[in-house]
Amino acid sequence: MKQPDHLKVRKKKQRNQRLAFVSFGIISFSMVAILVVILSFILYHGFHVISWDFITKMPEDGMTKGGIYPAIIGTLYLVAGSMLFAFPIGVMSGIYINEYAKDGMLKRFIKMMTNNLAGVPSIVFGLFGMSLFVNKLKFGDSILAGSLTLGLLALPVVIRTTEEALKAIDNSFRIGSLALGATKWQTTRRVVMPMAFPNVITGLILSIGRVSGETAPILFTVAAYFLPKLPHSIFDKVMALPYHLYVIATSGTNIEASRGMAYGTALVLIMLVLIANLLANALRRYFSKKVKMN
Amino acid sequence: MNKIETHNVNLHYGDFHALKGISMSIVENSVTALIGPSGCGKSTYLRLFNRMNDLISSVKIEGDILVEGKDIYERGVDVDELRKKVGMVFQKPNPFPKTIFENIAYGLRVNGIKDKAFIEERVERSLQQSALWGEVKDKLKKSAFELSGGQQQRLCIARALAIEPTVLLMDEPASALDPISTTKIEELIYELKNQYTIIIVTHNMQQAGRVSDRTAFFYMGELIEIDETKVIFTNPKNVRTQNYITGRFG
Ligand SMILES: Nc1ncnc2c1ncn2[C@@H]1O[C@H](COP(=O)(O)OP(=O)(O)OP(=O)(O)O)[C@@H](O)[C@H]1O
Ligand SMILES: [Mg+2]
Repeated sequence: MKQPDHLKVRKKKQRNQRLAFVSFGIISFSMVAILVVILSFILYHGFHVISWDFITKMPEDGMTKGGIYPAIIGTLYLVAGSMLFAFPIGVMSGIYINEYAKDGMLKRFIKMMTNNLAGVPSIVFGLFGMSLFVNKLKFGDSILAGSLTLGLLALPVVIRTTEEALKAIDNSFRIGSLALGATKWQTTRRVVMPMAFPNVITGLILSIGRVSGETAPILFTVAAYFLPKLPHSIFDKVMALPYHLYVIATSGTNIEASRGMAYGTALVLIMLVLIANLLANALRRYFSKKVKMN
Repeated sequence: MNKIETHNVNLHYGDFHALKGISMSIVENSVTALIGPSGCGKSTYLRLFNRMNDLISSVKIEGDILVEGKDIYERGVDVDELRKKVGMVFQKPNPFPKTIFENIAYGLRVNGIKDKAFIEERVERSLQQSALWGEVKDKLKKSAFELSGGQQQRLCIARALAIEPTVLLMDEPASALDPISTTKIEELIYELKNQYTIIIVTHNMQQAGRVSDRTAFFYMGELIEIDETKVIFTNPKNVRTQNYITGRFG
């Protein structure tokens, strides 16, 4: 057998290494670049629209003037409502699947269903929400119906991230706790969950991002075309940012005149998601610090 | 007196026959070493006594396992209560991501103890028993992860002692530690055997010789021989025991 030429082999390895490094670098850089272009485009068109009045006033003149205050409030309500529903249920389901369910048919079935749920188009959630919450349960077009619909949409994300977060916890911690006479629930609540929680928060972040931008699920369940007042109860309709954006960009009374408003709305929506992410990240850091010290 | 007895115990992992008809007795307040080549079933046997094998779904167990004369696999046995009585220390130190103090208080808290003064006193005593108090008394509020591996293992021993078990199971408790930490743990075992019934798994023949009163040799799921440690090491009856301790296989 011919001996490999060591110098040649080394050169080839180095060349491949550099090639991989450069090409992956270019790809990730261009992804970031695209994102930056989109953001600056919206920033450029939307920035001068944004003012104190814009975020605190009702829309006026067929939504070509004034502000988007009710839509901001509406979206905040919907995000909060959907999380109030999806987060506890999602986390509990994740705990059940990872900590309690025995490996077998049932567990596989539940996991398959949550995966499928994650792939269902959001308009289907909208239709489902309409027929169940709006019509069957008679909530009407309301914050309640919209929040529940958005919550369903967010559920698989929360379940999945909870599951992953729990799976990442080394079994030796569970065994150590059980060996001290702790019950499974004590072990889950006092050892496993505090460790997993920072990563569970990731699920919250992801689903807030997803929920706040969705239009289809709120279309038939809560969103108002034009409603220049704030809701009084969870049975009221609200305006919401993504739907408002859709309306003034495609079917407003004067699309040209409200172009600036549309960019402003888009910018506010992006900012809201950004702020929510920052908040959730701070929460995540807080919990990961707390877990080491408790 | 016999603290623990097993009568003709068979254990299967699915189709795999891991423990084959094991009958033996563990004398109260003594140290019993379990030795044998890797995979012979030492850990599996050890986990019988606090029912940790229950966590593995494929496990099937037959035979009688008595702790203080009671069959611990009988219907209606409270497994959490059993685990309070039969503590365990693992091969890899596994402190919780909590403070040093809370690591030890944990076992008390989950067992319903709330009295602060009592917990503080018990934490200090357990740390003293495990010869860690001097090193950590000024940093009880620090994370347990800041301790060295040897200190973490002694913390895990303190954690097990805090709930006052009467049996202590140790699965290669010193195999991941440096010689100095190992010596400390061995001295500890020596101290503890007045009050506790200790079963220790070890691959270190010198260690078995130093710390144990009785030694059991396992081979491929069978108990080959159990006797006084000095008999096993000087005059074993079975040729396989002799081959193993003289390092001819395993
Ligand atoms: N969870 C499990 N599922 C299936 N088989 C297992 C399981 N745990 C152990 N076994 C098998 O049972 C046998 C005994 O394992 P055990 O861990 O008790 O050995 P051991 O004597 O402690 O070995 P070591 O000295 O390497 O720790 C091994 O053949 C092992 O492969
Ligand atoms: Mg073992």
